Amino acid sequence: MALGEAPAAVATTAPTQGRPAWSGPWRRFAVRRAGRLLGSLWVLVSASFLMIHLIPGDPVRTSLGPTASADLVAARRAELGLDDPFLVQYWHFVQGLFTGDLGTSLSLRLPVQEVIAQRLPATLSLAVLGFVVAVAIAVPLGVGVGALTRRGRGRRTELGFTTTSVVLGLVPDFLLGVALVYVFGVGLGWLPVAGDNTPSAYVLPALSLAVGPAAVLARIVRVEMVAVLEADFVRTARAKRLPSRTVYLRHALPNALTASLTLGGMLLGSMVAGTVLVENVFAWPGLGSTIVSSILAKDYPLVQAIVIVYGVGVLIVNTAVDVALALIDPRSMIRED
Amino acid sequence: MRRWTAVLRTPLGLTATVLTVAVLLLALLGPVLLADAAAADDTDNLLAGPSGEHWAGTDNLGRDIFLRTLVAARLSIGLALAATAIAVAVGLLLGTAPFLLGRFGGRLVVAAVNVAVAFPGLLLALFFAVVFGVGALGAVLAIGCAGAPAFARLVQTLVAGVAGREYVEAALVAGVSRPRILVRHVLPNVAEPLVVNATIGAGGALLSFAGLSFLGLGVQQPAYDWGRLLFDGVSLLYLNPAAALAPGAAVLLAGLAFNLFGECVAKSLGVTTTASALAPRGSRRAPGGGRAAATTARDTATGTDGDGDVVLDVRDLEVSFPGEHGVVRPVRGVSFTVRRGEALGIVGESGSGKSLTALAAARLVGEPGRVDAERLELLGTDLQGADSRAQRRLLGTSLSLVFQDPATSFNPTQRIGAQLAEVSRHHHGLDRRAALARAVDRLRSVRITDPERRARQYPHEFSGGMRQRAMIGMGLMGSPALIVADEPTTALDVTVQQQVLDLLAAIREADDVALVLISHDVAVVREVCDRVLVMYAGRVVEDLPAADLATSARHPYTRALVAAVPDMTTDLDQPLATIPGRPVDPADVPVGCAFADRCPLVSPRCRAEDPPLATDPGGRRVACWHADETGAVAPQTRDVAARPPLEVS
Repeated sequence: MALGEAPAAVATTAPTQGRPAWSGPWRRFAVRRAGRLLGSLWVLVSASFLMIHLIPGDPVRTSLGPTASADLVAARRAELGLDDPFLVQYWHFVQGLFTGDLGTSLSLRLPVQEVIAQRLPATLSLAVLGFVVAVAIAVPLGVGVGALTRRGRGRRTELGFTTTSVVLGLVPDFLLGVALVYVFGVGLGWLPVAGDNTPSAYVLPALSLAVGPAAVLARIVRVEMVAVLEADFVRTARAKRLPSRTVYLRHALPNALTASLTLGGMLLGSMVAGTVLVENVFAWPGLGSTIVSSILAKDYPLVQAIVIVYGVGVLIVNTAVDVALALIDPRSMIRED
Repeated sequence: MRRWTAVLRTPLGLTATVLTVAVLLLALLGPVLLADAAAADDTDNLLAGPSGEHWAGTDNLGRDIFLRTLVAARLSIGLALAATAIAVAVGLLLGTAPFLLGRFGGRLVVAAVNVAVAFPGLLLALFFAVVFGVGALGAVLAIGCAGAPAFARLVQTLVAGVAGREYVEAALVAGVSRPRILVRHVLPNVAEPLVVNATIGAGGALLSFAGLSFLGLGVQQPAYDWGRLLFDGVSLLYLNPAAALAPGAAVLLAGLAFNLFGECVAKSLGVTTTASALAPRGSRRAPGGGRAAATTARDTATGTDGDGDVVLDVRDLEVSFPGEHGVVRPVRGVSFTVRRGEALGIVGESGSGKSLTALAAARLVGEPGRVDAERLELLGTDLQGADSRAQRRLLGTSLSLVFQDPATSFNPTQRIGAQLAEVSRHHHGLDRRAALARAVDRLRSVRITDPERRARQYPHEFSGGMRQRAMIGMGLMGSPALIVADEPTTALDVTVQQQVLDLLAAIREADDVALVLISHDVAVVREVCDRVLVMYAGRVVEDLPAADLATSARHPYTRALVAAVPDMTTDLDQPLATIPGRPVDPADVPVGCAFADRCPLVSPRCRAEDPPLATDPGGRRVACWHADETGAVAPQTRDVAARPPLEVS
């Protein structure tokens, strides 16, 4: 075809000529996102530092109880550095975070970082598994039901699916956990209901954690899928006569997922904290059981550290969701938040 | 208030309302009626299982767990409502702060709220539980504070929405103080969604409270709420499962009731919540949808004379959709052919069926639409019947489509080059590199500068005209014999419209490609096309050379369309010409000529019989009983305001 001649005065050639096309938006995105992450981290660290100072009265006296001797209280206050000037304490706290010295647990008399190192793996594996299970249920289900209910088809399927997912989405994880323990542990005796000693012990905790978020996420994915299947670019893909597999997986799915992730990102973040309740249902030897017992024991250094660990977990998930979004849909990078 | 009662009209809404009222009544009356019975120790029955006397068994002091569950409703719900009240109050404070504090302070609050909402409620609740101490009061404060950021965000959004309205800005200009505006104008307008969301929030608070009590961080003995009962019951799960299941069911039921009630009210009021899922607005599927009996007048067939020059041959094409009152036929018996290198224009008002005709010819009418035709052939290959691989390949490489809105017709998540290359990878079996090289070459051929770089870019980095040219380039990945362009310039700036039209013309000339140009713009069609099909109410009413449009159109509708186009001689002091009356609703097509109601030449025969599309010796076709009369067909210029403009698509 002889159309190569004379590029007829084309407008808008970006001034970024010569550089890779993605460098500008990606760099701006990275800077902005990193800034937000650091800001949130600072708030998190400062809040958990302030926690001990926000407690009415003397936290050490509260912790040790009214019967503890004044000497013991004074010794613990000194140990925690509570007699130092406020800013010095803050400085030591931040410094400790960087050097991995998080103080000593008041109840366990162990370095906090040791307790966390010992308990974190159980929580992390549960959270990651729950996460994977939730996404593995929600995405295929949402996409499948979305395809079945596109263009107002399958009214009954839609109603049944929406009702079920609304109700399941509202069931709190710990209630679902108790019900699962009752059915599969007490009633059927198929699966272990406590501890993390065998792979089968992961089944019920992971399900309790995953089902609620999966239901909500699946509903979001379905709605987005139905919307995307009506989009012009799906018609374009059909006009190219690509196989329907390609139309669904390469054209519809990424767009449905980006929209779903925007709404569902928070949901995934909340699963990190969801482990606290689930761990307490299943006597899971992770951070969730530890934070509850240390709150009850008024073991403030341990609570502070675990709050930071959970918070960091949430921030990592949130950041990962944003990065995933940016990778799938570059427009999300330039959207102001 | 009447809008609130609308919630009762759906089964789900009614159920949720009844449940909510029942739960609230139980909270009010339960302790009054049952407190003594629930406190009674049955020392003969310690830790007993369910029985006729104790429906859910007894606890370690022999107290009836079922009654205790009923009595616990007041404390559980009271605490949840208190926590919600705190969340709403703190949320209002933080949410209205940006409006009151002005730019700098406002931004600070917004940023703080943004950081806080990123953390899950439970984590915040645990944090505040440490600060406020373990116990019922601590838990109320903790759950209240934990819920505050979400409410703050909601209030910020709502207030920002109202703050932009004219009456608020007018009040600001008039010097009314911001707190006064907030109370007088802003808060009344955000109250409704706030109350709805607070109801949903109460359901959440109830569940959170149960969670904290279940962890042992909430209500402490001897007081008990549902979470505390659950906490005690779980340790007895092997002994008496009902001890855990009764309070568990109560929490769930109450939580669901508040949540669903709130959601249903939100839906009936049109208040958006983050959790509400939108139902798709699809057309209802009705059974049937077959071809109608010969109620519509079929076009007389156009002869194809058996020559191999025909690219697209469409005969008696019909598109039907199931509608609420039977089958709707937006395209009724359309026949036409397109020859190699020919440019055929299809014009008509919105809803005349011109776009659907093109989509149907390209086999892109999706369910629940239905396409029937006596003949539908592309390059001599039948397009009807099974969707074979060969057929898909033919359509994918020989027929190219250009859609109206290039901004939405590209996949926003893929690079332009990849989207073009896809065609060759799939239909020509090229590898990634070769396909991309072809894509770059095609982009260059549609006059996109620096195509190597552009191919790596995403659609949002292209300008509108560039996107449309890339879309045309995508159609050139194969070796098209026919380009179907559906309003290709409508969504573009006037300055780039001509570029796109020139490009299409150049492609046509270079490779003898046929073009079907669908447009409402008679002037564009007259400029670009050789021949024009005029469609009205799903039928072809006239088929004539484009050159004859202005001078010798025979159908009154065509003449009205042409006359409605302003030109250099149009008197701009007069209102622009329109065709009186409204286009026909495809669901309600009259018996005779569909144009009769708007036609100046209408006669009784027109209303009784639909005129056939008759071919004259010169090959022109027209469907009109009065085709050769020259009547007063000039469009009226009176009452413009009362009539729809010629084209609104």
